[in-house]
Parts: sequence; C-alpha cells; structure tokens
Amino acid sequence: MYKLLLSLRYLRSRYIALASIISVMLGVATMIVVNSVMAGFSFEMKNRIHGILSDVVFESHSLEGFYDPQARMREIEEIAGEHIAGMTPIVCVPAMLSFEYGGRNVTRPVQIIGIDEDTKDSAGDYSKYLLHPQNREKFSFALKDGGYDIYDHQGVESTPPRDELKETGWPLRRKKAEWLRRWEEEDARFKALHEPRVHEDMEEHPLMDAEAHAAIEDPFKNSEPETPVFDMAKDQRPGIVLGFALASYRAPDGRDRFLVRPGEDVQLTFPTAGTPPRAVDGLFTVVDLYESKMNEYDSNFVFVPIRRLQELRGMIDPQTGVGYATAIQLKLKDPSKGDEVRDMLRSSKRFPEGLYGIYTWKDKQGPLLQAVAVETAMLNVLLFLIIAVAGFGILATFFMIVVEKTRDIGILKALGASSSGVMGIFLSYGLSLGIVGSGVGMAIGLLMVAYLNPIADVLAWVMGQEVFDPTIYYFHKIPAIVDPWTVTWIVIGAMLIAVLASILPAIRAACLHPVEAFRYE
Amino acid sequence: MARADQTSPVGKANRSSSPTTEGLHGPHFVTGPQGAEETKNAPQSQLQTPPQRDVQLRTENLCKNYSKGKHVVPVLRGVNLEVQRGEFLAIIGQSGSGKSTLLHLLGTLDAPTEGAIYLDDERIDHLSSGSRNRLRNQSFGMVFQFYHLLPELTTIENVLMPLMIGNNVGDFFFHRRKYQQRATDLLETVGLGHRLHHRPKELSGGEMQRAAIARALAGNPRILLADEPTGNLDQETGREIMRLLVNLNKQENLTIIMVTHDLSVANSADRVVRLVSGQLELA
Ligand SMILES: Nc1ncnc2c1ncn2[C@@H]1O[C@H](COP(=O)(O)OP(=O)(O)OP(=O)(O)O)[C@@H](O)[C@H]1O
Ligand SMILES: [Mg+2]
Repeated sequence: MYKLLLSLRYLRSRYIALASIISVMLGVATMIVVNSVMAGFSFEMKNRIHGILSDVVFESHSLEGFYDPQARMREIEEIAGEHIAGMTPIVCVPAMLSFEYGGRNVTRPVQIIGIDEDTKDSAGDYSKYLLHPQNREKFSFALKDGGYDIYDHQGVESTPPRDELKETGWPLRRKKAEWLRRWEEEDARFKALHEPRVHEDMEEHPLMDAEAHAAIEDPFKNSEPETPVFDMAKDQRPGIVLGFALASYRAPDGRDRFLVRPGEDVQLTFPTAGTPPRAVDGLFTVVDLYESKMNEYDSNFVFVPIRRLQELRGMIDPQTGVGYATAIQLKLKDPSKGDEVRDMLRSSKRFPEGLYGIYTWKDKQGPLLQAVAVETAMLNVLLFLIIAVAGFGILATFFMIVVEKTRDIGILKALGASSSGVMGIFLSYGLSLGIVGSGVGMAIGLLMVAYLNPIADVLAWVMGQEVFDPTIYYFHKIPAIVDPWTVTWIVIGAMLIAVLASILPAIRAACLHPVEAFRYE
Repeated sequence: MARADQTSPVGKANRSSSPTTEGLHGPHFVTGPQGAEETKNAPQSQLQTPPQRDVQLRTENLCKNYSKGKHVVPVLRGVNLEVQRGEFLAIIGQSGSGKSTLLHLLGTLDAPTEGAIYLDDERIDHLSSGSRNRLRNQSFGMVFQFYHLLPELTTIENVLMPLMIGNNVGDFFFHRRKYQQRATDLLETVGLGHRLHHRPKELSGGEMQRAAIARALAGNPRILLADEPTGNLDQETGREIMRLLVNLNKQENLTIIMVTHDLSVANSADRVVRLVSGQLELA
C-alpha cells in the first residue's frame, strides 16, 4: 500500500524523472511509427507483387519456351489439381518499346508479357489495376470508346485528376487520324504542283482517302490486293496495355503527364524465338494502362495478346498450329500452400530441373521482401537501443533519487518497512514511469500513424522538401498498418527496460542501513 | 503482559475525555514536572530499579563498537538498563557520547556488538529481520530531532504510514475508515486536528514534531523512543512538546525513553540517567 502511494507521489513530485522517460516515450512512439510504416509498405508490396506474379510460376529457362502449354497445364492439373484455382500460359520476352511523343521517338526497354485475355485473370490480379472500368470488369484487348478513369480508382480522394485521359480511346484515335489525313492532303496538294498528271487525277478524285494515297506511294501494297485497307480512324492494331510509368511521368506538382495515351499506336521490337534470334517488330494500339503502383512493374511491363506475340516471334508450330509459351502462372485455392505446390511439382520428376524453373512468388521476390524485413529488423534494433539508452537515463536519475531519499528510506525502515518493501517502492516507481512513458509514447505513436500524411505534408512544408516523394514511391500516401501485437511488444519492452533500470537503484535503497541514513543530518 | 493501551487508542481516550479514564486524568498531568519529581525520589538510590516493579525493557552489558578498518571505536561499553512499564526515562549525555546509538540499538535499528536486549523478557536484538521489522512497526514508536516526516505525504498520510506498512493492501483498504479515524484522533490529541491535509513543509517545527509523535503512536506501540524531540525547537515550543509527552506517559501509561542533552528538558521525566564514556550512571 505504502509502496504504491509513495511511488505515485514520487511520480507526481519528481519531474526530473519524468524528463528521463521522455526518451522512452519518443522511442516507443518512433518504434510504433516505423513498424507501422514498414508493415504498411511490405503489406502493400507483397499484395501487389503477389497479385502480379501469381502464387506459383512454372517457367522455362529459355526465351524459346516450351511446346504446348495446354498439355503442360493438364499435367500440372494431374499432379496438384486439388490445390489449383486457375492457370494461364504467358510468353515473356524483353523488348524495346518506341512511340512518338512531341514529334520525337521515345524508346524504352520493357518486358513484354503475352497474355491470354480469357484466362489471365484466373491466375492473379491483373485487370484490377487497369484504368478502364469495363476492363476491370472483363478485360479485353479491344480499344474502348473513351471513359478511362480520370480519378485514380485505387487512390485517395486527394489524388489530382488526370485530365489528359479525357477523350482518349477511340475519340483520340479519330482525332489523330483526322490530323494525319489533313497533313497528307496538304502534302499531296503541294506535291501535285510537281506532277501535273497526278494533279489532274486529284482533281477528279478530290476526296481520295489517305490509305489509298499511301498505296500509290507504296508499290508493294498493290501486290497484296486481299489485305483490307487499314483505316486509322476505324481500325485498331493488336491491343497493348502499357505499364503506367511507361506511359506517363509525374510532374513536380503531383499530376501525371502522359507521353502516350489509349488510342495511340506504339511499336515493339523484340527477338524471335528461332536460333539465332532476329529482331522483329510490330505495331500495337494502346488500349489501357496498367497501374499496380509498384514502380518496378509499372515502368517495365507491357501486356499484349499472347497469340499475336506467338505469331510475331514464330512460336507457333507451322504444322500443328499449337503454340509455345515461356511460363505458366498458377493461382492456388489457398495462397499459403505455395511452397507445398512448388515442391509437389518439383518432386514429381515430370519436369526436369534443368528445363523448367518452378517458383513461388516469394522465391521470385525473395531478395526484395528480405531486404524490407532486414531493414525493419535493423531499425527495430536501433530504436530499441534508443530505449535502452533511455533506460540508462532512468538508472542515473533513480540513483540520484535514491540518494536524495536516503533519509526517507531510513524513516520507512524505522517504521518497520522491510528491505523488499523499500525495493518495491522503487521498482513500482520504475514500473509506473515505464507505464506513463510507454503509454504516452504509444498514444503519440498511434496519433502519428493516424495523421501520418498530414504530418508528412507539414514536414515537407517546413523543410521545403518532399518527405515521401510520390514520384519515387508511386504511392499517393504513406501506407501504414498498426499491428496490435507489435505495439504490445514495444510497450512491454519499454516497461521492462524501465523496471530493469530501476532494479539496481532499488537494490541499493533496500540495502541502505537505517542508522546510516539518519547520519546524513 | 497485555499492552497498556491496547484497548483504547490514545486519541479516543483523550478526545472524548470519557469517565472511563481513571485518576490520572486531571490536575495530575498538567503539573507534569511535579509528578516527575515525586517519582524521581524512589529510583535515585540505585540505577537498577527495585525487583518488585514491572520491567518492560532491559539491556544486559550492551556494547557497540564502530570499526574503521583496524581502528575500533568503542561507543557503548556495557550498558545495563532496566525500564519499567509506564516509566518516562530520560538519557542525557554529551554530544557524541552515544545516546543516539543506544536508542537505535533499543529500537532494533542496529545490532549490538555484544550484550542483549529484552523486551518483556523476550530477547529482541538477534531476531530475524522480519521479526525486527514487525517489532519496530508495532512495539516501538520513534520520534527524531529532525521530525523525519515524509515530504511527499500529507500529515494524515504520514500518520497512516505505520499502519500502511503493517497491513497489506487488502487489509488496509478494508479497515481504511477505522485507520483514518484513528489517525485523525491521534492528530487531534497532539493538537493538529486542523492540519490533516497539509504537507510537512507547510507546518512549523513544533507542528511537525507533533505530527511525528502522532505517527509514532499510530502503530499502538508499547514503548516510545524519542531522540532529542525538542532539540530543534525553541524553548516554549519544546516545553509544549514535553507537556504532550508527559501527558501521554501519565494518561496512557505509555513507556517513554527520551534522549536529550538538555537537563531542563530531561527534568520532565520520571528518571534521568547519564551516559558517560559508554556507560550509564545516575544523573
Ligand atoms: N558508522 C559509524 N562509524 C564510526 N563511528 C561512528 C559511527 N556512528 C557513530 N559513530 C560514533 O559514535 C559516537 C556516538 O554517536 P551518537 O550519534 O550516538 O552520539 P550522540 O550522543 O547521539 O551525539 P549527539 O548528541 O550529537 O546526537 C560518535 O562519536 C560517532 O562519531
Ligand atoms: Mg544523537
């Protein structure tokens, strides 16, 4: 009873001790913030990586791929069918993307992923990152007649609207075609000055369309009369979905500026599957953008129809018409069974190790996830050291208080208090300091997590520099997840440190001889 | 063997001034010094009290040495003392003669180098620390020159302290009304009824010493040990404190052993002994 009363009174009257626990408080607060942000980051990252990579990937080591993915999928089904929720074949190939922006050619290295638009979504989250609502519903490589999201559908309300995406898709394509046609008309008018005979023809057919005109320029076109005439305003090339960061950049004001928009054509150059590989190219029409907000993917991936890619790369067997694929993505009924399914497939002996690689998404992104885990662990060690340093502060302060309270300790003993009782006073004092420190620290930490983004904004304003630069992270806000267990452990750890730090002074107080204590007068 | 005041708390007896308190009540305690003079005649003949009287505290050849390395400083060299139940004993001596040391030994705050101490014929100097704690909590009350109140606590909390120490949380909480009443009564007895919730630093020296006396009585002790209770007070206040102690001694039949170097203060006591070169002699 007296222990409690005295430790509470000491708590109230010794502000110096409260000062010594400010570091405990700050340590607890920062640990909570750091852990929440790190947890938020890795959760977002895992989520996205997982969705993009699918649970298990079955891939060939070569770019030529393997024959007949459907047969492979049947074999996989036989081995691990009970775990599998969906599968899709893909073709992955490195490529060069080029398109025209501002009158100049922009070239980017990319990874082409040839996907089957019907089954792709059965093997992972793909279409939920697209910008067109219909594509998110049911994806197709057909160009849409406008209606692309201007507001970031995954983002927060504060995301600036992407006005440049208004009137894209077919309207944009028609506008472009119109401009092209007018230029060609204009050119033709002046070219006609040099060739009077054609000039006469032109006068007879003043509304000759652009494609027909091109046919005149290109004599080879005439040798293939069956090829339907390509009208840019009405026809689209094979669809392509570009990674968001490939198609845009983020301006310093936080707005996204687009280099290429749905409805425009881009060119891909990539190696064929033969030996030696030759470079081939193909024109594609951008039908949507892919925004996973993982910069690594958004600035790397382009998606095209698998059939078209197989054709261009010579991955279709001329006799049977059956294609090749470089990988099969598997989605599992229970995502946590990834390792199990991988091992089942590996140990089935049907897929020799040298020819295929079978990985879970974690294997694929192991280094990245591990880096985040190591970083979190390091930060925790450092921050916990801060709290430990605070512990030494408490130790020193407590020794001071014990010396100051020598006489009082003598009195308590003269009144019959036991040594353990006196020790209890200082231990419970330490504990109550720990409770106050970590309690206030926890409150501050949780408040900071709750108002993380406004705080980041204020810091940015004070320092004149973006704390959390969205052009780097591609998240509009700092993600944070508060894990109650982590918070509990941090708080318990801090209280433990406060108690540990008070043990030595408490022992000293307990050992104090009452008569010695009185001799201080 | 029953404790003199076990049934009636000091405060209640005094405050209500109920007719149950016998002859001691009245002019007797007002003229404390006179009473002391009366009794002083009897033991003056010898240091050891007559055997027919009720000896409550007794020491046998009590020695205390302090050693600094090889150097041994003998402070007490064989103190033989007997204190009767209900006696008011004053020990005088020069500064440094070992008065406080003796008092601490009697109160089991320190262990003697040699010799023994008996409380009600029970040896107490080599008890376990737990038993000695209980003894200090319940059998002895101590008052010091510098009051030694706990500065963080209010007056009443200071008085409650021995009760809080002697009871565990549950018991104390269960009896808190009773204990609070007792502490209030005690404070009223010492004349501090209006200062219950003041901090020690808001009190005068005399008030602090009264509070300290109330605290010493809270555990319902058999013996009050006072180390220069007036040493830090002016004469008039000192006299008031002495009147209070004499009152308690007479009215409650409380045994008091008081240490002082002031002969005029010591004269309030029933009997005065002098500590010279580590041994007791008659004053
Ligand atoms: N721990 C110690 N080590 C060495 N000597 C000590 C110790 N404690 C007390 N003494 C010595 O014992 C002697 C008696 O001390 P004590 O405090 O009992 O004297 P006192 O009679 O109470 O004096 P005062 O009237 O000043 O209070 C002193 O000479 C003191 O120096
Ligand atoms: Mg002394």
